[in-house]
Amino acid sequence: MSSVKKDVPAGPAASAAGPRGRRMLSPMAREEQRAGLTLLSPTLVLVLVMVVLPILWTLLLAFQRVRILNIRAAGIFGPYTVANFDSVFSSSFFTSLGTTLAYSIFGTAGAIILGLIAALALRKPFKGRTLIRASMLIPYVSPIVAVTFTWTTMLDPQFGLINYWGKQLLGWEESIPFLSERAREVSFLGLNFEIPTALIAVIVFEMWRSFPFAFLFLTARINAIPDSLEEAARVDGATPIQRFVHIILPQLLPTIAMLSVLRFIWTFNSFDDIYLLTGGGGGTEVVAVTVFNFLTARGDIGAASAQALVLAVILGLMVGIYIKFFGKKEEVS
Amino acid sequence: MAVPVETRRPASPSRPPEGSRWTRDVIETKVFGVLRWVVIVGLVLVTLFPFYYMFILSLRPLDSLLRDPGSLAIPFGELDWSSYRNIMTPQEDGGQGFLRFMGNSAMVALGTVLISLLVAIPGSYAISRLNFFGRRQISALFLAVYLFPSILLAIPLFTFFTRLGLRGQLVALLIVYVAQVIPVTIYMLRNYFDTIPTSLEEAAALDGCSRLGVLRRISLPLAMPAIISNGLFVFMIAWNEFLFALLFLVNTRSNWTVSLGLSQLAGSIEVPTTVLMAGSVILTLPIIIIFFAAERLLTEGLTAGAEKG
Repeated sequence: MSSVKKDVPAGPAASAAGPRGRRMLSPMAREEQRAGLTLLSPTLVLVLVMVVLPILWTLLLAFQRVRILNIRAAGIFGPYTVANFDSVFSSSFFTSLGTTLAYSIFGTAGAIILGLIAALALRKPFKGRTLIRASMLIPYVSPIVAVTFTWTTMLDPQFGLINYWGKQLLGWEESIPFLSERAREVSFLGLNFEIPTALIAVIVFEMWRSFPFAFLFLTARINAIPDSLEEAARVDGATPIQRFVHIILPQLLPTIAMLSVLRFIWTFNSFDDIYLLTGGGGGTEVVAVTVFNFLTARGDIGAASAQALVLAVILGLMVGIYIKFFGKKEEVS
Repeated sequence: MAVPVETRRPASPSRPPEGSRWTRDVIETKVFGVLRWVVIVGLVLVTLFPFYYMFILSLRPLDSLLRDPGSLAIPFGELDWSSYRNIMTPQEDGGQGFLRFMGNSAMVALGTVLISLLVAIPGSYAISRLNFFGRRQISALFLAVYLFPSILLAIPLFTFFTRLGLRGQLVALLIVYVAQVIPVTIYMLRNYFDTIPTSLEEAAALDGCSRLGVLRRISLPLAMPAIISNGLFVFMIAWNEFLFALLFLVNTRSNWTVSLGLSQLAGSIEVPTTVLMAGSVILTLPIIIIFFAAERLLTEGLTAGAEKG
């Protein structure tokens, strides 16, 4: 450990500044360089060893035939192959990619809209607002296993509360297996639709779980808007809707853009929620769950790495495109 | 621009005064005034109802749930704490052994808090205060880590610890958790250090305090509220974590965390739902308590009067 500590500060500083640059730095600045990198070195070592190197290793694993069974025999520079990517370009992977996209887009949009509504409703102070604001955050901070278990119980076809009330009050003829049914025919105003029941259920869960995050950030931003802006609009005769559309919303757009990116990334990568709610059944298998199944059920480390890698690359591309087109707006925030 | 004109028109003097009472502005204000309360009540119900449901199911016997699934009243007459007894009793005595799982969870979570703070306090101080080469790149690296798919990271770590033969150990989980929370911890602490005025530290340095002395005697006490709330935050992350616990510990029941235990037992049909609900309450309660404690801590500003003192 101590040798690392000494090496790390010397390395980048020397290579960057070079012999000439070194003379230009004052002794105090050099001391600061050394102190900075020394204080940071434990963090750096940890992140490099436990995060950066593993990610690089995944790159290699994706091109090797590694299984749990032959894990000890596999070397780092083993024979390389692209066979793992066969599993990526199969139809099931594209299906789960589509599911992931639908889940993240609707989950993100729903959570942000719900968060915005909550932030607006709780804008004006009233007695007990602090407590209500804090309680709004509970779904987001609670353990995922506990809340998914409660939801699966609520939605259970046999003794779940929702189905019981649905049958008692709404006149449902039979229980709806919310978390295992792939699709359901629904007729509305004489039109017949087929809706993906389980997918909608997990999206609704995702909205419930993560709207507090959007609520928190939007509330903070709304509080920072100076009252004088809205006051001026009110004097000019703008109605509440007009004040929202022309005054509040433009101020919130950068925050909404930032939230969209963050929530999209997290939902796109998320594994826990869907694994715990449906186990990937009923047409809700997202890529993270596919990867997990390849890793544990099949023990196919190579194929799992290849799929995870493709997932990360697609995500990176989408975020890159988004930042390229909307990046300027975001800088405002 | 045509909009304000439109709204003013009904209020213009040519109209009878009764008409001005029902301008668009008045209607909207009234509608939203009512709608606001509808939304607030609806949101509170939707957010808190699942937790209420969790709690009452944990207090009802299983046959009562099967007989009457729709009942929502707290069953004062038949309060049944046996679910809690069942879930906490060790497995050898016919229970589910959650006491042991809680011990495991607490150990891993507290260990994560201690180690990550120990590592992140000097690190975040360096990023906030000291000017050194690569500072910005390192910040960017940490942000990238934070946004990376954890399932991608899970594969090499799973392979690595399987090869080492450490996979079933709590230590492996601890190391992974520390690496996972460090970027967030550094980010949060750095933001706080940025708000502390440097003049105090400079004064201490002039008085002959070494750099580490300044960090220990000046910066650390000032950053204490941030450190504590950050510790609580990390504790919550580690306590709630599921994916790595599942990947690493699933085959060694004695090392299960509460989250893993609950998810594994929920899959089996032998354990009654009401007992598992008691487990959910036990899993959730510490988090809710910590959350409300941290809420207050976060708002407490210690720096406000520091400059004067």
